[in-house]
Amino acid sequence: MQPELSTFKTLWRLVPFAKKALPRIILGMVAAIGAHMFALSIPQFLQNLVNSLVAGGIDALIPAVVLILALGVAEALFVLLRRWLVLTPGTFVEADMRNALYAKLQDLPVAFHDRWPSGQLLSRAVRDLSMIRRWLSFGLVLLVANLLTLIVGLVILFSFNFWLGLIFFIASLPIVVIGFRFEKSFGEVARLSQDQSGDLATRVEQAVHGVRVLKAFGRGGFAADQFATDAKALLGTEIRKAKAVANIWLYLILLPEFALGLSLFAGVLLVADGQITVGTLVAFVATAMVLRWPTESLGFLLGFTLEAKSAVTRFFEVIDEPDLISDPEKPKTVADPRGLLEFKDVSFRYPDTAADQPDLISNFSLRLEPGQSVALIGLTGCGKTTLTALSTRLYEVTGGSVEIDGVDIRDMTRGELRTLIAMAFEDATLFSSSVRDNVLLGNPTQSEEDLKQALEIAQAQFVYDLPDGLDTKIGEEGLSLSGGQRQRLALARAVAAKPRILVLDDPLSALDVDTEAMVEDALRHVLTTTTALIVAHRPSTVMLADKVALMHEGKVVAFGTHQELLKTSDHYRYVISSLDAAEKAREVNL
Amino acid sequence: MSMRGTNDEEKTDLTKEESRFVRARSRDLLGSLLLPIRARVIAAVFLVVISTALRVSGPALIAFGIDSALPKALVGDYTPISLTVFVYLSAAALTATLTYFFLMVTARASQAMLFDLRNRVFVHTQKLSVEFHERYTAGRVIARQTSDLESIGELLSGGLSELVVGGMFMLFTAGALFLLDPESFLILLVALIPLAVLTRWFQLGTNKGYRQQRVASSRLIQYFVETMTGIRAVKAFRKEKANENHFGGLVEDYRGHNARLIQLFGIYDPGLIFIGNVTVAAILLFGGFRVLEGSLGIGVLTAAILYSRRFFDPMEEIAMFYNSYQSAASALEKISGVLQEEPTVPEPEKPVVLKDVKGEVAFSDVEFKYATGSTVLHPFSLTIPAGQTVALVGTTGAGKSTLAKLIARFYDPSSGSVSLDGVNLRDISNAALRHEVVMVTQEAYLFSGSVAENIQLGKPDASIEEVIAAAKAVGAHEFILSLPDGYQTDVNKRGGRVSSGQRQLISFARAFLANPAVLILDEATSSLDIPSERLVQQGLKTLLHNRTAVIIAHRLSTVSIAQRVLVMEHGRVIEDGSPEQLSQSGGKFAALYKAWRDSLV
Repeated sequence: MQPELSTFKTLWRLVPFAKKALPRIILGMVAAIGAHMFALSIPQFLQNLVNSLVAGGIDALIPAVVLILALGVAEALFVLLRRWLVLTPGTFVEADMRNALYAKLQDLPVAFHDRWPSGQLLSRAVRDLSMIRRWLSFGLVLLVANLLTLIVGLVILFSFNFWLGLIFFIASLPIVVIGFRFEKSFGEVARLSQDQSGDLATRVEQAVHGVRVLKAFGRGGFAADQFATDAKALLGTEIRKAKAVANIWLYLILLPEFALGLSLFAGVLLVADGQITVGTLVAFVATAMVLRWPTESLGFLLGFTLEAKSAVTRFFEVIDEPDLISDPEKPKTVADPRGLLEFKDVSFRYPDTAADQPDLISNFSLRLEPGQSVALIGLTGCGKTTLTALSTRLYEVTGGSVEIDGVDIRDMTRGELRTLIAMAFEDATLFSSSVRDNVLLGNPTQSEEDLKQALEIAQAQFVYDLPDGLDTKIGEEGLSLSGGQRQRLALARAVAAKPRILVLDDPLSALDVDTEAMVEDALRHVLTTTTALIVAHRPSTVMLADKVALMHEGKVVAFGTHQELLKTSDHYRYVISSLDAAEKAREVNL
Repeated sequence: MSMRGTNDEEKTDLTKEESRFVRARSRDLLGSLLLPIRARVIAAVFLVVISTALRVSGPALIAFGIDSALPKALVGDYTPISLTVFVYLSAAALTATLTYFFLMVTARASQAMLFDLRNRVFVHTQKLSVEFHERYTAGRVIARQTSDLESIGELLSGGLSELVVGGMFMLFTAGALFLLDPESFLILLVALIPLAVLTRWFQLGTNKGYRQQRVASSRLIQYFVETMTGIRAVKAFRKEKANENHFGGLVEDYRGHNARLIQLFGIYDPGLIFIGNVTVAAILLFGGFRVLEGSLGIGVLTAAILYSRRFFDPMEEIAMFYNSYQSAASALEKISGVLQEEPTVPEPEKPVVLKDVKGEVAFSDVEFKYATGSTVLHPFSLTIPAGQTVALVGTTGAGKSTLAKLIARFYDPSSGSVSLDGVNLRDISNAALRHEVVMVTQEAYLFSGSVAENIQLGKPDASIEEVIAAAKAVGAHEFILSLPDGYQTDVNKRGGRVSSGQRQLISFARAFLANPAVLILDEATSSLDIPSERLVQQGLKTLLHNRTAVIIAHRLSTVSIAQRVLVMEHGRVIEDGSPEQLSQSGGKFAALYKAWRDSLV
């Protein structure tokens, strides 16, 4: 956790993003001040007018009214100008920040996403940024303009009469103290409220994505209770926020009114004493009235500023996150990729693993010759999936290295690495677009030929029967497919990327026996020329590979062909053989 | 009606009739939300009326001070002015206090209302059928519950009280002006005409804009969520650049809509100030003449000018919060649409009470078609006697999962009926059905929280001992103990740190704990390694004893514990018999079984 920055310093961090908009925002402030000055000057002329009315002169009336009208029109024009100057640039700032956040999030390693619930990210991307935009183009401008107006207004009040001005000045002093107290009390709850709504968004996200599980167990009500508890906590925070706001409002209404009442009294005395004219008193009261809105608005403008501050803090929490997996400054390239994949003494532990826990993967060494396919076998949870993720730098090794054709993968760009290696994940993620786009995602030429071939290899010809064939929209927002169908498309996607190296994580687990056999037949052709690392649980998948690596306690404990390992390794037989004595007996009976 | 529920919700160009329909719907929702908090609303109105009246009396008191108390003071009588100032100060103190209470009462009322709405939407979306979620997509449901509710929240926490205070203030100010100087009031009344025209123009212009903005924001959210949940695939296939471009387009779209709305507002707001200032000048001109004629006091004129100026003061605030009001109103339209959706699998009105469920499942003349018309299951009848373990076998897409989901009532059949112990599933309350029928799917979703909490989902009141017993029964105990904090280990987002096989074990333990009469396993063991599967098989033998079970598995190892096998193809059951019979019949199953045996070692 970084030390907390002051409100000003935090908001100052917006400058690089707001750079382009800044000149217009500053001009907007000038326009706002201008508009306020016109509004302030109206009572000055009122003074002359009233005095001439008292004197009974009609000559002064018309010019005075015209002048006041002109000032009024000018005020409206300046407000128009302010709006025109400030509002559009603010939306650009918001859009730029949103794109920057999105790009950063895509760049941050998977470990970051494991740690951050997507609800928290979502509330930053949407709510916080729109808050910042509104603050920049509205809150900031008015805060500065209103404060300056207040100061100028005070000077004017002093110019009418010193004593009347002094009353006003003294009455406004407590506002500073109240403002500081407010910053503390409100700032805290504002942050809390934003975090709590992020948590609530996470609850929503999980309940929506897990709706089938909740339904299957009839636990909708249970989830609703949890949600209600969190929503209740947020409600409490909002009430605390409201209390802080109501509190400052109380004073912001009270203080100017108090000053007004007292100066009325003093004003009448001064008139009676002959020190000021009735016109001055009227103008004084009218000016004080004009100052009321800038004073009262301070409450919510301050609140606004504090909320914007914590929105900015939350935004930079993501932007400041060091990108631990980034491209090297001078990337190497593999000139003639052959597909030699080598794990050299690789170790890995998740960043939040407790110190007393051993590494998940330790001293793992494995060499896959170009064109060779190796099945990775081991008990569930032994680190197989994590190992596949290390090969494309979704996670970074904590010791040792992974090399492709002799080049450390940390020395090449992630773009090149991920062109050389294509993956099929066990939980097949498809995106909301057409079948074609999904399968050709990693294909450099977008070739129809490759598409057709990949679909054939993955036995995914069912896509031709979908309503719009290859153009059918699938994924989250499209047609929902069965687990087996999704898995085959994910496999087709990996194949269509035409990589030198294929990494397949249990790619056939959701397929039935028939389909699996067909996929394997087709896949074999691809695997003769492509290096492949295949995570497997079943003997049938193991058959795809030339060699088998048995993983246990974070390292390779045996390496050889399937038959060799069956003969030599007890652990291998334990992991892969499903036929125990009783079952063998049963097989005879069938 | 075409706009019913969430139909056409992305349409922004509504006909008059449609827009009336949508408005009425969200008005009804609003009414139902206000009902429980009506006492607070009344209290708030009461407070705001009094405090505004007091506040509005200010200029009148000043006028009195200048016109009556000042002349007295000139002749040395300071009592009237002291009295006036005293009343003025008391009124100010009272106003401030009442405003404080008003703000607190509104905050409590509106937060209670928001809480109510949040819960309603959450509960309702959970109630809606799987079919709805598939059609409407997770991203949209999330957008409704996050950004839409937040825009309502923003109105409630900030804008609403401003709107009410501002509106009241204008009303009372106009009233005070009328009492003080009817002629000036008439001028103000005339000024209301251009004001109304301008407001109407603004309203019409923004109505459509806000709908577009909500649609754009919900698209943005959907894309964002999809990227973040699929981040591994995004990275592995270098989709980042393409994503940035697409997302950039959505951001720009949203920005464009926002900018247009803001521009409209940028004309409206100075328009208001213009009208206000012209009115003040007019009142001044006419008032000036009357002062010269001697028919009006200077003090009254001052007050009239103050009033007419102050009349327009809150307009800017109101216009600003009208922004958030509009945004909230179109959010409410969308939310009311979701709330109008009815579960396609509705709760029975008079649920049959189940007692001592045996677990007999019967399909009679069941047919299942998608809304698009394609048939998934051709008409069939089938009885699964209580306590029987049935394996469903067949190629992907044969309709196995659909058949299973009909038993769990994720869908209702297009025709015919499914019954449990002779009771139509449509007549059983959801809670009772879920108690008796539990389905475990391949996608073993874990919620953030500890392993124990995830298992407890099967039975929320289960003790930790029960949880451990369940985990032991399915062979998950060992690996859970090896996790950093054992049963209290946080499983992280999407079970990131737990392997998919382990996830399936946890969800198995969940089912074990739930202890239902009918258990459906849809590819629930696909990611398990062979030793774990062996343990699960052991567990299943105990678990399935005296329990009806339907097991879908591509791996035929599960078949060994089944008493009966149904082979499905193209939406029909083509073979039905004991595994022994079928494996020797020379049919489809025999072939599958042989292929599978050959694959084993």
